Amino acid sequence: MKQSNVEVNVHHITRVEGHGNIYVNIENGKVEKCEWNIPEAPRFFEAMVVGRSWSELHHITSRICGICSIGHSLASLKATESALGIPISEQDLKLRKLALHAENLQSHILHLGFLVLPDLLGVGSVIPLATTNLNEVKMVLQLHRTANEMSNLICGRTTHPQRLIPGGFSKIPSMKELTLLRKKLQDSIPNLQAVAELFSSLAGKLPNFKRETEYIALSDPSEYAFYDGKLASSDTGSAPVKEYLSFTNEYIVPHSTAKWAKHVRESYMVGALARLNINYKRLSPMAQKTAEKFNLLPMNYNPFMNNIAQLVEVVHSVEDSIRLINELEAAGLQTQPDYNKPDIKVKAGTGVGAVEVPRGILFHDYTYNEKGICTKANCIIPTNQNHGNIQQDMNALVPQIAEKTQKEIELALEMLVRAYDPCISCSTHVTKIK
Amino acid sequence: MKPKVAFFDFAGCEGDQLQVANLEENLLDLLGQVEVVSFREVMKEHSDNYDIAFVEGSCTRLQDEDRLKQIRKNAKLVVAIGSCAAIGGINSLKNYKDLDQVKKTVYGEHAALFDSYSARPIDAIIPVDAYVYGCPIDREDFLQVVKSLLLGKKPETPTYPVCVECKKNENVCAFERGQFCVGPVTRAGCNSCCVNEGTICWGCRGLIDNPNENSQKEVLIKNGLTVDDAIGKFRLYFGWQEAKR
Repeated sequence: MKQSNVEVNVHHITRVEGHGNIYVNIENGKVEKCEWNIPEAPRFFEAMVVGRSWSELHHITSRICGICSIGHSLASLKATESALGIPISEQDLKLRKLALHAENLQSHILHLGFLVLPDLLGVGSVIPLATTNLNEVKMVLQLHRTANEMSNLICGRTTHPQRLIPGGFSKIPSMKELTLLRKKLQDSIPNLQAVAELFSSLAGKLPNFKRETEYIALSDPSEYAFYDGKLASSDTGSAPVKEYLSFTNEYIVPHSTAKWAKHVRESYMVGALARLNINYKRLSPMAQKTAEKFNLLPMNYNPFMNNIAQLVEVVHSVEDSIRLINELEAAGLQTQPDYNKPDIKVKAGTGVGAVEVPRGILFHDYTYNEKGICTKANCIIPTNQNHGNIQQDMNALVPQIAEKTQKEIELALEMLVRAYDPCISCSTHVTKIK
Repeated sequence: MKPKVAFFDFAGCEGDQLQVANLEENLLDLLGQVEVVSFREVMKEHSDNYDIAFVEGSCTRLQDEDRLKQIRKNAKLVVAIGSCAAIGGINSLKNYKDLDQVKKTVYGEHAALFDSYSARPIDAIIPVDAYVYGCPIDREDFLQVVKSLLLGKKPETPTYPVCVECKKNENVCAFERGQFCVGPVTRAGCNSCCVNEGTICWGCRGLIDNPNENSQKEVLIKNGLTVDDAIGKFRLYFGWQEAKR
């Protein structure tokens, strides 16, 4: 092997949400330093919500992240509803599951089409692809637009949803609108298959890297879990969601900048690949077929395959949304009053809400006093749970590619970080140690 | 030659830049009119040579001021996009708390390691030429502002409150439904979108230039609400603007 000196210094990695830096130093072929760190400005949401009313928390915490605002709203609502003992109807449950599918579609398609595809096609962004690969770009845009329209229809808006409120919805779509959405979802399947073909033809560009780790996701016997389920680990089995702190164990890293998480190993991974590894059997039929096409079967230990797991989930979300709309139709959609405001009795309490958002499992945990004012809040975001795993992957990957050129190493590490689809502005608490 | 544009972000959720990415087919049209030279969220390339800078997010740290000033120096026009950049937004909720306590709540014993000061809009640091309000910004609104700027005009911003649009949309007033709404003092331009969706106006576009406080007080009294109720609601988005008044 060539005894090389290489320095990789990616200040503010591009095509990810938020700010992250990669620093690698290789001297005489030996990895001297390999760091993933986060210089994002902290925003202090957990302190900002203290003193605010139960009726506002979902609105405020939605602003933690523009991309996963539906997921934050839902985790927040679940925590509030659990603390205050607020029930929601079967119909609203189905509509909320549609809301999560809509966000999953929006986010995964944006990530795959706008952020990952340029790496696979060897360009710096999607912009030149609008000239060289217009057909592909148009397919991605069509799928993305359908996902956005779905978010609009269920939530009122694509980002920072308005209709999701404690106890249900302030407004719901009509059956006619849902039927139209179902048609659009069905019509998007050929495009989806074409995009899957495109990724299949490019999948060889994803590094063939493997590192065993622990995967954590929600899991439910009745469906591929997004909205609800038990906490499940690929190492230790399942536990109730309220025991989440014994899974996340946040800790501080002396050399770097983030509050990270670990369970039984050095680190664990959350997100599409974790969900697929744990809940593969409950993927929709077409999604399983897509996974087989890429030979993506559990347990898969290649973090770069998180991209493909997202693609598989896109197929699942489309198919499962069609199923949910069929069920809503079969049950007969119940109408509700305009400006619906469920009758809620306020009491003191503590509640934890967990949902699977595009990047993995998200926890909101609130305590309310007897007036329904928040006295304590904790939010644990998927990307923070993944930071430790990204670092461990880098530690394992860099020595394997140390003889490559500076540019190749840089690209491989950027692709690794992008595969996790990190959502850094989401990080409600980031720790910086000097 | 096409004008060069760049996007930058400070403390915020990047939801406003996402609205730009969400323009879908309109994005292709927009790309026909401008050249994007920096947009970290979606592109690897970066250049400091740009005509229009779109800035999202509040300034919450001393160390970010230099970056803002540099952007101002490089750009002919600076546009604040979204509530955090335009009015301080939801980030300014923390301005009403003891900052040391805020840091301790989130970071415990490591609190001292964090720089953070009161969250503020970017025009507290640098002059701003145009604003796109909202949390998040409205895509159409963004396109209108861009069109005006490309034509060399000053973008028009409503100076009347959300109530005007809400009445036109024939919504039942939130106060009559027993809810508190800050629509009477919030800048319009959103077509009262949140009330249309069955909820209230939360105030994300900020205070109008001359809010009719007497009328707001009348509404409060008529509905049995107190000034404290109002202050609490105002602080959700108006924190920085109120403190300045």
